[in-house]
This record gives sequence, structure tokens and C-alpha cells, in this order.
Amino acid sequence: MRGITKAFPGVVANDTVSFDVHGGEIHALVGENGAGKSTLMKILYGFYRPDAGEIRIAGRPVQIRSPHEARELRIGMVFQEFAQIAALSVADNIALFQANLPAVPDMPAIARRIEEISRRYGLGVDPRAPIWRLSVGERQKVEVVKLLLADARILIFDEPTRGLAPQEVAGLFRVFADLRRDGYAVVFITHKLAEVLACADRISVMRRGRIAGTLRRSDATEETLVSLMFGAPVAEAPPSRRGPAGLAGPPHLELRSVSTRADGRAVSLRDIDLTVAPGEIVGVAGVSGNGQRELGDLVLGLVRCAHGVKLLRGADATRWPVARIRASGVAFIPEDALTMAGAARLTVLENMALGDTRRYARHGGLAIDWEGARSDLARSLARLGVAVPALQAPLGTLSGGTVQRVVLAREIARRPKLIVAFYPTRGLDVRSAIATRDLLMALREDGAGVLLISEDLAELFALSDRLVVLFRGKLAGARAPADTSIEDVGYLMTGGPERHDRSA
Amino acid sequence: MLGLARGLLSGAIVSGTPLLYATLGELISERAGIVNLGLEGVMLVGAVVGFITCVSTGSATLAVTAAALAGALFNMIFAFLVISRRANPLASGLALMFCGVGLSALLGAPYIGSQIGGLPEISIPGLADLPLLGPALFAHDALVYLAAPVATLLWWVLFFTRWGLSLRAVGENPVAAFAAGRNPHRIQYQALVVAGILGGIAGAHLSVGVAKAWAEWMTAGRGFIAVALVIFSKWHRLRAIAGAFLFGGAISLQLQMQALGVPISAFLLDMLPYVLSLVVLAIWGGARRHAAPGSLGRVFQGTE
Amino acid sequence: MTAPPESARLAIAWRAGRARLASVAAPAGLALVVFAGVLLAFGKNPIKAYVDIFSSTLGSPYGFSETLVKMTPLVLTAVAVAVPAKIWLINVGGEGQLYIGAIFATWGALTFGHLPGWLLLPLMVALGFLGGGLWGLVSGLLRAKGWVSETISTLLMNYVAILLLNYVVFGPWKDPEGVNYPQTAEFAPAAMLPVLGQSRVHLGLALGLVAVGLFAFFVSRTRWGLEMRAIGGNADAARRNGIPVGRYVVGLMFIGGGLAGLAGMCEVSAIQGRLRPSLSPGYGYTGFLISWMAGGHPLGILGAAFLLAVVTAGGDILQMTQALPGSVVNILMAVILFVILGRRTGER
Repeated sequence: MRGITKAFPGVVANDTVSFDVHGGEIHALVGENGAGKSTLMKILYGFYRPDAGEIRIAGRPVQIRSPHEARELRIGMVFQEFAQIAALSVADNIALFQANLPAVPDMPAIARRIEEISRRYGLGVDPRAPIWRLSVGERQKVEVVKLLLADARILIFDEPTRGLAPQEVAGLFRVFADLRRDGYAVVFITHKLAEVLACADRISVMRRGRIAGTLRRSDATEETLVSLMFGAPVAEAPPSRRGPAGLAGPPHLELRSVSTRADGRAVSLRDIDLTVAPGEIVGVAGVSGNGQRELGDLVLGLVRCAHGVKLLRGADATRWPVARIRASGVAFIPEDALTMAGAARLTVLENMALGDTRRYARHGGLAIDWEGARSDLARSLARLGVAVPALQAPLGTLSGGTVQRVVLAREIARRPKLIVAFYPTRGLDVRSAIATRDLLMALREDGAGVLLISEDLAELFALSDRLVVLFRGKLAGARAPADTSIEDVGYLMTGGPERHDRSA
Repeated sequence: MLGLARGLLSGAIVSGTPLLYATLGELISERAGIVNLGLEGVMLVGAVVGFITCVSTGSATLAVTAAALAGALFNMIFAFLVISRRANPLASGLALMFCGVGLSALLGAPYIGSQIGGLPEISIPGLADLPLLGPALFAHDALVYLAAPVATLLWWVLFFTRWGLSLRAVGENPVAAFAAGRNPHRIQYQALVVAGILGGIAGAHLSVGVAKAWAEWMTAGRGFIAVALVIFSKWHRLRAIAGAFLFGGAISLQLQMQALGVPISAFLLDMLPYVLSLVVLAIWGGARRHAAPGSLGRVFQGTE
Repeated sequence: MTAPPESARLAIAWRAGRARLASVAAPAGLALVVFAGVLLAFGKNPIKAYVDIFSSTLGSPYGFSETLVKMTPLVLTAVAVAVPAKIWLINVGGEGQLYIGAIFATWGALTFGHLPGWLLLPLMVALGFLGGGLWGLVSGLLRAKGWVSETISTLLMNYVAILLLNYVVFGPWKDPEGVNYPQTAEFAPAAMLPVLGQSRVHLGLALGLVAVGLFAFFVSRTRWGLEMRAIGGNADAARRNGIPVGRYVVGLMFIGGGLAGLAGMCEVSAIQGRLRPSLSPGYGYTGFLISWMAGGHPLGILGAAFLLAVVTAGGDILQMTQALPGSVVNILMAVILFVILGRRTGER
């Protein structure tokens, strides 16, 4: 790829980028969020068309106008959100993808080929299984089989290790090594530097739409990569932990033998015992999809307890409606602020007010105290050290980071006693992430309790006073961070003794 | 008593057939991810075109063919709006319904009161003479006999051909289907053509086969009952067949009761199919969320 | 920066309303052209048709007053759709809710016909609202429980409502003096809404305007309006913020149904004077169209209601002068909808 340029309204995603990869090589593409890595690869795969530049495959210039054409050029891509159809089986999904599928496909033959490839690379894929029953790691393997069956020679992976436990990451890299041995070209996009150093042959760093540099693994260290990514070393000081956890008073949250009954494909929680004491941060680790969202919804009151008791500061809140739970001082910081906690079409000020309509209502509901909402928001944002954005702008027009901060400000403006935080720093740039973590620590100092649900083990280890692991809706273990290691937790995240004893 | 049972059974089959065709058409449409509330309009257009063709040419076969084509063409308006212009499917469907009502009224006005021979009854020799249920089951017109086979054919296409697989994929997750190299827009157009054909045939059977007459808005909401039936059948063919005949029975119940002189007001009896639809939806409604194709009701945006 | 002053907010709303009007006028124009084509195809003279329509609706004071008469139920049924639409509920049951409201009001008129007007009329208004509201409530409950989409349930219930009306009119309430016509006995004068001067414009118009005004006020200024807009913006987020979405679903369907029921009461009390199956030439569906065209915007509703009153009156005219079936106007309505839908790409 040479001189590739692509602009979207408001942002130049790729600015004269040049990139190449050979067969039998693993080339990693790293950079911060928004640097343009995904866009570049999506251009290669035909999802976008470049405004300028050219692409050559095996020396010949080509035009890639759609994923269909990319496939014909033997390029395959595994996305962050798998392009899989959950309701159909593995074989159906793979068959769908094949370019020359006959009008009446021979499914048994396809199933046989799937098993063949699966054996060759140690992927363990069952053609008959319905996709919705597979874990993230298993689905990813299906993607690999799919691409191999479609005869791809260039394989692109977009953030492949997201949602994988440490053991699964190692397994994935073994697959990459096997593919390299067989002459495939592997490109993978990530922002996790440690992985890149472990696995790639060459590393290209992107920053703000351009390639900042390409290094061989032998020449690269974390510092050099970071300086390429940011232009200057950013000292990320680990948050300091002052004082022991736990203050006096009844626990902010107590769950006793709580179970839920989920319908359809959601996860049911079973027999959860969990306590969050004042001045304590409880971290919940786990691969996404094992009940985290259900746990958060349960605390908030969105999901009902089928069994068990939920106590908020000693009071039985098992049957309370969401409004009452929030009024008692529970705040919610979602993983995706815009789709889960805010209304994109309403203005920033309106979003602030709807966080607590009872409080801002005047004259029995006939009018709203906009001034009060504004001042609360300003005060809260000041606490975060952030400027107040245009209040009349629709929330959806702001950047993701700003939206996250506005929602955060709204939630803490109410002086919450219990905060449920979901992947709070995901998708944030480094500075915002640090500010958020500092805030959580400060809240902890003030005596609030935090239930921190995250996939980022480093973050969990740095912030939590206690750590629990969620696996398939059950709590798989409780540890103090000081007494455990990332490997140990990773083991629990993928099933612990229950799962690992059964496999080979 | 036996007469009632025979009448009921026969009536259920006869009234259920247009419902079944309509339901199958809507099933294909929804499997591709598109809810078509304008089915009512499509059926009406099919009914009026079929009727006019039969009056003009005297040929029932030609009538049904013309109706099928008309239905397909009419559905293309809806297809264009929802697929190419990404309009809201619910509003577009309703607009199609209005249009169908008005257009069919306009076209059919001169033909109100015309008589036709209609679809001939075909008694299967031997079987039709069976005691008890023979005449009720085996003395119907061609479209009735074809209904179940058509349903089976559609099932085979949906689950055993590449087109059917693509269609189901598009209905579940058009982005994934697109990434897999299928063209969701083209497939959805094709699905709506099929749905239009089936809807047109449904309407034609109503005017040419069952009533053998034309009246404004003669489908009386059958199009919406069909939409309810699709949900009830959980998007599977066997339950669709069963449901269609059940509702056909409900529709024909009123006639049977009148024939017997039962003193319940015809209007109250006529409510039965609609109330039944609501009840059925309410009971099976909760489960519907998991059986429904994933992207039903949403609109695919295409590439940038 | 504080919340914008009143005048600025009104200015923004006014500009939005004008932009909306402009975006409606063009499609309406295009639709008129298409409809003219349809008329031509059937051998009718579109110019004459349009002139007929214009002169009989806007060309004379009487014509204008008749247009207002036609506009009254349309305003009410349009708001009946717009209220639930704020949280994206699609209420297509205006027709049925209107009928049930008329039935309830008729019961009041027939049973309490001896009461004086100032007692009877408010009673009938309340009954009309209650009847339509209950009909809408059923759909709201079915939707809130997650069982049935309100689009389907309201559609199905339309058919039930018409049958119910037929039942009472052919049966228990049949006019003993009517020569077997399907209609009820005539209402006592006390049961008829007062009219304006010599025209048929009646109090219902005031009710409609009040409804629009209250709708605009509530949505933009009150706490409940904010909560409604929050639900409409993002129901999931609203739920997480403690807003009781289920209650709004049921409540707004009740209010919407009630407004349509009011329209039924008005028609039966002021225009017809008795209950007949021919009560509504599709006012409920037309109301849906109006609300859709106006994007749920209060001023737009008034404008679109007026426009469609002209069109509906036009349908009657065409039936008389051009011997076209009344349903033909459905085509024009549909074409207008098609054009609007076809131009707004990517919107919900």
C-alpha cells in the first residue's frame, strides 16, 4: 500500500500512508485509538475506498472496491466485532463466506474440510455448533478457519486479543507462528505493546493518520514504541494507593446468594455473594460475556433477582425500582456512555437533567431548573479538571472521550455512595484514563464504594482492594491483589480447575 | 353435527389458503429482515387484478398469473423505499397499504357485481369419495392443493440452497452478510419479489377462488393477520400451515354459524380472528424475540 | 452559559417549524403531480378536479368553514399519534380508538339524554376520552409487557372496533324509528356540541387546538416531557437513569387513544347526531399520516391537518363530480407518504 489517504468528515484518518507485508511474516500495526490503523486495513479489505494512493498485490496494482474483491485477491480480515451470524451454525457461517459456493451447497463436504483445517492448526472447531454458544476465543478460531477455507493468503486481525484470557492469547500467537511457517502473511492491529514485542517480526507505528516508523522486532523496545506512538515519552505513573481500605459503616452493597434468570442468550448469574464496603474498590475480572453486564444491571435494579437478597447500606433493596436505587446514591458509569447512558439527540444540558429528573423538577414537574443542572454539571466537571463543553450541543456530536466525561461528571455530581463502573477507561486516551482512575481513588477516599468491572487486568490490579473473578455467571474466586498474579487470575477467568482439567 | 364438522373443515381450508400464501410471503420477507405491513395492499392489488383478468379473459389460470405479477410489481414500490431509500419500514408498509386500498378501489369500481366462474374445483378421484371427510378435504381448487407443497418448496429453498442461506444471513445480520461478500440489497429485493408474488396469489385466491366477486377492501385485515401468523409460527413453515388453517377456520366460523342459524351476531363472530390473533401474539409474543431474525425492522446502511 | 432565553428558544422552534413546512411543501407538490397523472390515466380531467376541490374548500366562506369542520377530527387524531410517537410508539389505531370513543359517548347520550347540556356534554367528552383511552391502553399494556408490537395490536383492534360498532348499531341500539337503517336513535339536542354561528364549526376545534397546545407545552417544558424525550432519545439509557419507561408506554397510549376517542365523540355529537358505521372516512389513518408528515411537531400538525382536510374534502368532491370511489383519495395520501419517505434517507 502506498500513499494511501482517506478522509472522513472532520478527520483525516489516513494521510499518505505506506505499508507492506510479505508472505511468511507477521507484521504488527500499533498505535493509539483513533490513529487510523483500522481504517487502513479496512481500505485493504475493500470496506472503504481510498481518496488517494495505490495498492499492489504481488507487485501488480489493484483496485479493491468491496470485500468481495478483496477476497478474490486472497485477502482475509478478522474484525473486532466478528462478522458472524450468531443464530446460524459454524458450518453455515463458513459456507456463506465461500466465494464459489454452488447453488445447492454440499454441506457435509464443507464440514469435513473445516475439521481438516481445524486439526492442522490445532483450532478445535466443531462445524455443527451454533455460533451463539461459543466463547470469544472460540469464535475467533472459527474466523481463522473461515479465512483459511476461503484460500486467503494475507490475513488481517483487528485487535485480536481483546476479550481473551492470557492463555488464549498465547494460543493465538502459536497459531500465528504456524501460519507464518506455512507462508501466510499475517497483519495484526493492536494497541498492546507487550504482545507486539512477543510475537511480531516487524512493527509499524501509526500516529494521527501517519506511519511514525517501522521497526524490526530486534530493534524495538517498549520505550521506542511509546515514543513513536506519542512523540514523547509519557510517564504513566501508577496511581498511588494511600491508606488501607475499608471504613466504618454498613457495606454500601451486599449481595447474598443472588441469582438471576436471564432469557435468551444473556447469562444467568448464579449464587453471587459480594460485598462492597465503604472506602473500598472491588474489582470484578472476567472475560467479557460472562455475566458482567448482568451483574451491573442487577445492582442498578434493571434486572430482577430471581433468588437472594440485595442490600444497599443495610436496607433491603431487592425489589426497588431503578429510580429508587439511584436516589439512594448509586451511580453507574457504563462501558459505552453514548449508547448506554445518554441520549445522543438531546443536548448536553438535557442529558445532565435527565440523570435525576426528580431533583431538577419544579412546580410539581411543570418546569425544570436548568440553571441548577448547569451549575451542578460545571462544578462536577471542574472536579475532573475538564472544561465545560457547549451545553446546547447534542450529545452525539461530541467526541467519545468528552461524552464519557460528561456522563462521569453527571454521575458524581449526585455525590454517590456506590459507583458501578464498567470498563471505565476503555477507549479513552491516556490522559483521560489517568484522570478517571484518580477520580475513582478520590471517591474511595471519601468513603464511597466502587464496583469496578473491567477486562484490563493491569488496571484492576492497580486499583482494587479486593479482586473477584466472574466466570459463566458465577464468582470463581476472590483474592487480594497483593496475594495473586495475573496468570492466576487469568486461569480463573477461563474456568479455573473446572475447565482446565477436562481439556487435553 | 357431522355437517358442521365437515363445513368447518372445508371452510378452514378454503379460508386458510389465502392466509397461508400471504403468510409465506411475509415469512420470506421477514426472514430477509423486512417487515411488510403493506401486505394488505399487495393482496388487494392481487385480488383486483386477478378478478379483472378473469372477467376479461375467462381464464382463471391467467388471472392468478396476472395477480402474481401485479403483486410483485406493487411490492417493488415498498422495496424501493425501504431498501434503496432506507425509509422506515413500518411507515412505508402502511403507505403501501393505503395505496393498495385506493388503487384497488379505483381499478375495481367498474367490476363490482360482475360474475365469474372462478377457479374450478378439482375433485381428486377416489379420495374425494371417501366417507366423512372426503368431500371436505379433496374437492378444492388447484391453489388449495398447491399451498402445502409451496410451503415445503420454500422451506427447502431457505435451508438447502445458497440463496436461502444468504437470505437468512441477511435477515440476521446484514453487515456480516455483506462482509461475507453477499449483496444484502439485491437479496432483499429478490425476497420482496417472491413475497409480492405470494401476496398477489393470496389476493387472487380470495377474489377468484373463494368469494368469486370483488368488493372494496375485501381482504379485511387478512394481511395483518398474516403478519401475526408469521410471528406465531416462529418463522417456521409447519406452524405457519397449522396457524393459517386455524385462522381460516376462525374466519369461516361466522358463515358456519349463520348457516346453522345460531343466534350470535355475525359481527361478534367476525371479531374472532382478530381477537385470536391478539391472544396468540400475546402468548407467543415474549418468546418471539429469540426466534425472530436478528435484524428484523432495521435498515442496512451499505458501504461508505 | 445558561439555558437560552425564552425568545431564543421560540425562535429556534419557529425556524424548525418553517424548515419542516418547506420540506413538506415540496413533496406535497410532487404528490399532487403524481396524483394528477393517476387521474389522467383513468380518463379524468385533473385540472377540473383540482379546481373543483379548491373552489369548494377554500373558495368560499362556507367552503372554508367546512374545511375547518373536516380539520377538527384530524387534529385530534394526529395528536393521538404524535403523543405516543415521542417515545417511538407507532399508534395506527386511531380509527378504532375513535370508534370506541364514539360508542362510549353515544351510550352517554342515549342513557342520559334527559340531562341538560352543560352536564351532558362534559360527561360525553369524558366518556369519549375514556373509551378511546381504554382501547389504546390495551395496546399499551401488551407492548409494555413485551408481548405485542403496538403497531400490530392497534391495527388488529381497529377491525374489532368497527365490528363492535356495527354490532351495536345493527343490534341493541338500533333506531326503532329508522327504517332498518344501521344507525342509532337521534341524539337529544343537549347532546350536540355547540356550533359557531351558521356554520358547522364546533367546539371540537377548540378542543383540538387546546390538545395541540398542551402537547407542545408538556413536551418542551415539563419534567415529564424531558423524560419522554429521554426515552425517545435512548430508551435503554432512560431506564438506567431511573425513568419508568413501562409507565410511559401505557400512559401515552392511553392519552393518545383518548384523544382519538375525543375525535369520535366530536364527530358523533356535532356532525352526525347519531351513531352510524359511516362515522369516519379513515380519520384515524389520516391522522397518522399527518403526524408523520409533521414529524410530530405541533405547528406542523396544524398545517398538515389543514392540508389534508382540503384533500379529504377533495375526496368527497371527486366522488360527486367525477364519479370516483371515495377510497381514491387514499392513493393521494399514499403518494404523499411515499414521496416524503423517499426523500428522508436514513431517518427512523
